[in-house]
Parts: sequence; C-alpha cells; structure tokens
Amino acid sequence: MSTTTAAAPSHPDPTRRPLWRRLIGFNLLTAVLLGVGGYYLGWWLGHQVNGGKSFEYQAASDENDVALLLAYVFGVVGFLIGLGFANYPLSRLLGRPASLREKEHEGIGRYFGLCTDHKVVGIQYLVGIGVFFFVGGLNAMLIRTELLHPTPTVVGPNQYLSLVGMHGTMMMGMMTSGVLGPFANYFVPIMIGARRMAFPRIEALTFWLLMAAGFILTSTIFFGGFPTGWTGYEPLNDQAVMGMDSYIIFFTLVGISMALLGLNMMATIITMRAPGLSWGRLPIFVWSVFATSILMVLAAPMLIATLSMAALDRTISTSFFVTGGGGSSYLFENLFWFFGHPEVYVLALPGFGIVLELLPVFTRKPLWGYKLAVSGMLGVTLLSFFVWQHHLFVSGINADLRPFYMLSTEIISIPTGFIFMCFMGTMWRARTTFTVPMLFCMGWAFNFLLGGLSGVFLSDTPSDTDTHGSFFVMAHFHYTIMGGLIFTFFAGIYYWVPKMTGLRFNERMAKWHFWLMFVAFNSTFLPLFVLGMKGMPRRVSEYAPNLQGLNTWVSISAFVLGFSMLIFLFNTVYSLIFVRRPAASNPWGSKSIEWQIPTPVPVNNFEQIPTFDSDPYDYGTQPSIGGAEPATAGA
Amino acid sequence: MAAEPRPIGPEPNHARRFGAIWVIATLIATPLVVVLVGPILPPGNGSEQAAGHVTDNTVLLAMATPVLLLVLIYLIYASIYFRQPRGGALEGPPVRGNSRVQSTWIVVTSLLVLSLAIYGTVRLESDYGAGSGSGPNPLTVPSGPKLPVQVIAQQWAFTYRYPTYGGVETPHLVLPVNQMIELHVTSLDVIHSFWAYQLGVKADANPHVDNVAFVKPTKLQTFNIRCAELCGIWHGEMSDLGHVVSGPAFNTWIHQQVVAFAPATKVLPPYSTTYLPEPTRRGE
Repeated sequence: MSTTTAAAPSHPDPTRRPLWRRLIGFNLLTAVLLGVGGYYLGWWLGHQVNGGKSFEYQAASDENDVALLLAYVFGVVGFLIGLGFANYPLSRLLGRPASLREKEHEGIGRYFGLCTDHKVVGIQYLVGIGVFFFVGGLNAMLIRTELLHPTPTVVGPNQYLSLVGMHGTMMMGMMTSGVLGPFANYFVPIMIGARRMAFPRIEALTFWLLMAAGFILTSTIFFGGFPTGWTGYEPLNDQAVMGMDSYIIFFTLVGISMALLGLNMMATIITMRAPGLSWGRLPIFVWSVFATSILMVLAAPMLIATLSMAALDRTISTSFFVTGGGGSSYLFENLFWFFGHPEVYVLALPGFGIVLELLPVFTRKPLWGYKLAVSGMLGVTLLSFFVWQHHLFVSGINADLRPFYMLSTEIISIPTGFIFMCFMGTMWRARTTFTVPMLFCMGWAFNFLLGGLSGVFLSDTPSDTDTHGSFFVMAHFHYTIMGGLIFTFFAGIYYWVPKMTGLRFNERMAKWHFWLMFVAFNSTFLPLFVLGMKGMPRRVSEYAPNLQGLNTWVSISAFVLGFSMLIFLFNTVYSLIFVRRPAASNPWGSKSIEWQIPTPVPVNNFEQIPTFDSDPYDYGTQPSIGGAEPATAGA
Repeated sequence: MAAEPRPIGPEPNHARRFGAIWVIATLIATPLVVVLVGPILPPGNGSEQAAGHVTDNTVLLAMATPVLLLVLIYLIYASIYFRQPRGGALEGPPVRGNSRVQSTWIVVTSLLVLSLAIYGTVRLESDYGAGSGSGPNPLTVPSGPKLPVQVIAQQWAFTYRYPTYGGVETPHLVLPVNQMIELHVTSLDVIHSFWAYQLGVKADANPHVDNVAFVKPTKLQTFNIRCAELCGIWHGEMSDLGHVVSGPAFNTWIHQQVVAFAPATKVLPPYSTTYLPEPTRRGE
C-alpha cells in the first residue's frame, strides 16, 4: 500500500504568522490579482495578434474573440499560479525540496486556497458548487417569470436565450461534479481505507478549475450572452457574439476538470484500497463513483476537442462546422452528443450510488443484489456510449441507423432497471426509518421512475417525432437529472454533512424542505409533459396564448420550488452557523467505515490502515458493528 | 406490527398480497388508460402519420402503465408495511438476493425492451419514417404518386417551393388532402426544425442537407408550424400556419401562386435539393 507514510510537513505552522505576512504568498488574494492581470494581458495580446479579415469586422463592432479567449486562458493560468499550482512542478524542476502536502494544517484559511487534504477539497466543492447551483436556480426563476406571459415582457428574447443557456450550461457543467466533487472526494478515500487521494494536487486543481469556469460562464452577461442553449449547436455557435466564447471556455475547463477528477478517482480506487477490501466488498457508492469516472475520462476529452474546434472556427476562420467552408453542422452534433449522452449518465450514476448506499442503513437490511447493482452501473456505463444519436432522430443524420439507436437506448433501461430492482429488493420486509435522507431516496425512486418511463416515448422514433425538441424532453430530463441527481445530492447532504461538520441540521426544517421540494418539483414538471405534448417547443419566450394557464401554474410551482431551496439555505445557515448542535458520532447507526472514525476526521484519516473482512452492509444479523473494523476507532 | 420481535416469523404473505394488488390495479388501469387517455394523445388524426403516432403513444402508454404501477404500488406498500416501529431498533432479515426473482426480472425486462424496439422499428419503417426527417435517402419510400414540397428554413421564417409547379417559392404552405407529400427540408443558415404539429411531422433543417419526410394529410384543416430547434433570438417567433385543402382547391391555389410569384421565380436559383448560400461568417 502506498499509504504507509504519514510524514507531517516540516514547515512552521503558518497560522502564527502576522496578518500582513499571510496576505503575501500563494493564496486566493494573489490568485485573484494574477487572474485579473492575466486576463488583461490576454486581452491586450489578442488585440495585438488579431489581424486579417475578421479584424476589420471586430474593429468595427468591438468584437474580438481572439482577445477574449486569450484573456480567459491567461486569466485562468494566472489564477492557478496565484493559488500555488506552479510551485510544486517548479520546485521539482529546480531541484529544490517541494512541499508534498499543502495547507493541511492551517486553520480556516485552508478552505480558501490550494489544499491537498481531500476532506477540505470535499467541503470546498460542496460550498463552491452550491453557490453556482443557486445561481443556476436563480436563472430558472427568471425564465419562469418570463414565461408567465406568452409574449416577451420581463426580459427580451436575447436575454431570455442567455438565461436559458446559462441555466442549462451552469447546471450541466457545474453539477457534473455535484456528487463526485463533495462526497466522493471526501468519502471515497475514507471508504476504501486510504489516507488521501492518489493525486492530491490534481484533486485540488479540479476544484479550482471548476470555480474559475463558473465565474467565466457568469461573465458571459458582459459580452452579450450566448443564444445556443447548453448544446451550443453550430452554426449558430459560429454566428453568436463574444458571449459564446465564455461558453466555450467554461465547458472546456469543466471538461478538463471532469477528466482529471475521473482519472484521480479511478487511480485512487484501483490502487489505494486497504487490505481485504476486494472489489466485491467495495461500498456501492464507490462503485458508482468508479463507473462515473470511466464515463468522465472517456467522454470529457471529446467535449474539449469539439469546443477547441468551435473556438478555432470562431477565431482563425477554420471550417470544421461551417457548411459554406466545407465543414458540417452534423459533425458538431455528432461530437457533442458523443460527449453529451455519457454526460447525462455522469449526472445520474452517482445518484444511483447514493441511493443504494443509504438504503441499507435506513432499512436495516443488507443491500439486496449487490452484484446486480454493480453490473447495472457498469452496464449503463458501457451502453451510454452507444446511444448518442437518439438525440438526432429527426435530424436526418444516419437515418438508416435509427432502429439500432432505438434498440440501444431501450436496452439501457435494462441495467437501469437493475438499480430499481435492488432498491425494491432492499426495501422488501425491511425495517425502514423514514429519516430525511431516506425521504430523498424515496423521492428519487418516484422521480426517476417517471423520468425513465417518459424516456420510453423519446426512445421510440415515431413517438419522438412529436416530442423531440419540445417541453416534453425538457420535463423528461428534469425528472431524471433534477429528480434523480439533485434529490440524491440533498440526500447526501443530510446524510453526510453531520459527519463532515460534526453538526446536525434542524430536522423539522429539513422535512419541510423535502416535502415542499418534492410536491413543488412534481407540480412544476408534470404539467410540462402536457405542454410539450400540446406542441410547445423548448427555449421559447413566445408561446401559444392557449397554453398560458398551464404555464402560469408551472411558474408558480417553480417559485415554490425555489422557496423550498431557501428553506434549505436558511436551515444550513441556522443549524450549521448559529445553533451548532453537535451531531451524534453515528446518528444513523451506519456500519460503513466513515462513521466509525472520529469527527472531525483527522488529517490522515486513520492512524493505522484498517483491514476489511466484509462489505459495509452487514445489517440484519447482530446489532454489533460489522463490516470494517478500524484499528483506531474512537482514538 | 410493533409487537413482532423478528420479521422471520409468520407474517402475512406480502408477495402474494402485493402481487394481487398490482395485478388488479393493472387490469383496471391499463384499459382505462387506453380508452380514456389514448384518444386525447397528440398529435391527433390530421395525417396517416399523426394517427400512427397516436397508436404508438397509446401502445407505449399501455406498456408503461403496469411498470409504473409496479414501482408506485411497491413504494406505497413498502412505506406502509415495512416500517421501523416508532422508537424501535429492529433489524431486517439479512437477505442479500434471490436468484429466481432476479433472473425473472432480467428476462421480463429484456423481453419488454426487445418487443419495444421491434415494434418501434416496424412502425417506423412501415410508415416511411413516420413523419420524421429521414435524411436524403430514406430507407423506405412510399410507392405511387407523391407531391414534392421543399421547406426552406432561414432565420426566422419558412418558405416553400413546389418543384413540380415550375419551382415556385411561396411563404405559404398549402397541401392537398389524401395525397402523399414528399417534404424536402433544408436550411440556408443555422439548424432549424420543421414541425407541423397536427400532421405529426418533424424534420431538422440543416444547411446543405436534404432531409426528406413523408406525410399523407387525411383531414381538411389548418395546422401549426413551429421551429423546434433553437435558431437564434426569434426562434420562438418562427411559427406559421399551414392548410390542408381539397385537391381542386389546391390546384386553384397553386396556379394562383405560380402567376403571383412568376417575377420572383425567374430570378430564383434553379430548384435544387440544397442551396449553398455564401458562407456567412460574422462580419463578412
């Protein structure tokens, strides 16, 4: 095992330095300064190098894609250097001793910089992603405000499309790491009995890349927004104003972050499992993280490549996707969905993992059908690379292959069905306690059921002819992603945050949050199926006047849904900042190893690497602790 | 419930009870869904293809209903009967699987899925693409006379060319009833999608691509046309009304169009399955 050394860093404790000394150095302040500096350097350079035909146009209209793209790239590089990401490689290059682990012993400051402790990164992710989740949610509220009326009222059509694009891109981009970022980073090393991730510095890099990406996407409003939605289809992409470059850089950074995160997870899970933790004893959550990581590593590079080509089309007038120049808009659709479909399973799979991980704890039964659950996840992983053209059933691309994509799409419901079977099997004759995390798991089952069954209509080409590109699709993927991922995201928050912080949530408010969110969610998205069937296309701010009644209903429900998020936010601030009631050391009676070690978890997790002699689902036999037996429990 | 010490003792036969509830609910709900919901499913019976979609949607709904009920009733049943008694700390039975249940589930879902795929394929190809855009060379082509109509999409309007009437291009779509129409959908700029809602037709308009869809309108009516692919700021406004009229009325209309647009037809590029306008780069 590579985790036997626990050499504490030898540098002096930095928290004792005076304030002025702490402000100088590699920290968030430096990072922001260098980021802004890099941004303006890139902007200036872009204006120097950009010539030729497009220059005339750009001079006339103050549009310079080269400058903006360079500004973003230089800004991100400056930001990362400022955080200290260049220190380690530079020290190694110069033959100086490099700091192996960064900021792990600092106080609260370690949350505001490059920290290689996986637990700190997990909490950074939770807060960082949470912020952008709320920004994306706010966009949705504005979209629904506009849709209260069948003609543009609150925002113009251009701003409306920007809102739609920002909402979709923010959610699809930031929330890809919604579970893997906070929960996998925090708990996978613990669950497999390791002291750290395989590549701690890369782990921190994935987080800070994502944060930079989030700010870049938000900055699109200063450059006119982008009109393409999250899919960024060409040639509309090529036609769009500079705000499109924000989208391109955002998704490229997200792609890099995803690929690195996946790679890191795979390396950790493959190489750093504690003695006795065979593949057959791995917690099911770790399996779902592993499956998701495979998807991330294989799919994300496609996105990076595609968007790089789009950026070249926009700047130096290549013609990958421009029909008039010999390119093809089909190429973009093909490449994008080859990434895009695995991407939606990147969002769904960690949800499966959380649900099946939590279920045994609250039903007091072993996970029913462990092997089936694993094969279900791996089956989804494999099949998700063979279905992408079902997004293009009416596009005319490879029309003769549609029966194949119909078949492959419908086949993917078999491994997804395994997850449901394991869910139902585990609940069979169980002793279920309906705690808040369990309620969210039940919510997942209901929502994902409706999401999956509505997918049957979309996978059938004749039926899809009516529903493609309509609100029906929109309702379908909100049921699978919001109903699937976000519900399990909250299940994870209510389940694990007491471990991460040592504090407990107010349960009454948490239950209010669940019920309001569940009812409002269904009240928002069920009518959207009807709206889609009645012929309302996606991404429009103008619609037929006879659909206004239903749209008003949906908007009001959406506001209630938004309000339920405010309850959560209030509960978080109230319980975790003001009241601060300490959580029990194992409030759920879980047999999983993360609940057997002290809270807060020590920097090195375990004094001695634990050994495992079973999976963590040893419920229903005896009340004593089974599963993992950490050598230093309670130490 | 609360008095039982361990769940292994004699309990009601949950499997039989749950199974009975599910079978009864399915037997009641599925015919109700077919009879009550089926007829109101989109997109109506404006064309042979649209009517086919209603049938397909009804079949899919009828197949989905038992699955929906299975999980839904199970969730409710389990919430009622498999609870931890208040304040209790009971453990469930340590069952880790049941190979008979698992293999049955796998076989049943596989059969369901395969039958869905076969059904979908047969319906798609026997109905000449079922009104969907089937690319430049559709796999199945209806025999007999067809009226070719070209749909040209651009930001943010549709125009229509009738190649068998001298290639006249009009801003109105009028189709004769009970006549197989061969739609050729293409675009002059970005990707659009031609969606004739009541006819059950949807075909993406891609630049430099001829996307063919077949439809046979069967009802005299006015139908809605919308763009179904995000194409820029006025995407939401890109809508139109089309008309299905009788054969003689169509002949009268098209000859009026030929005369009215004769000056424009002369300067139009000759009819072609696709047009390649000057590459539109920003700023050029």
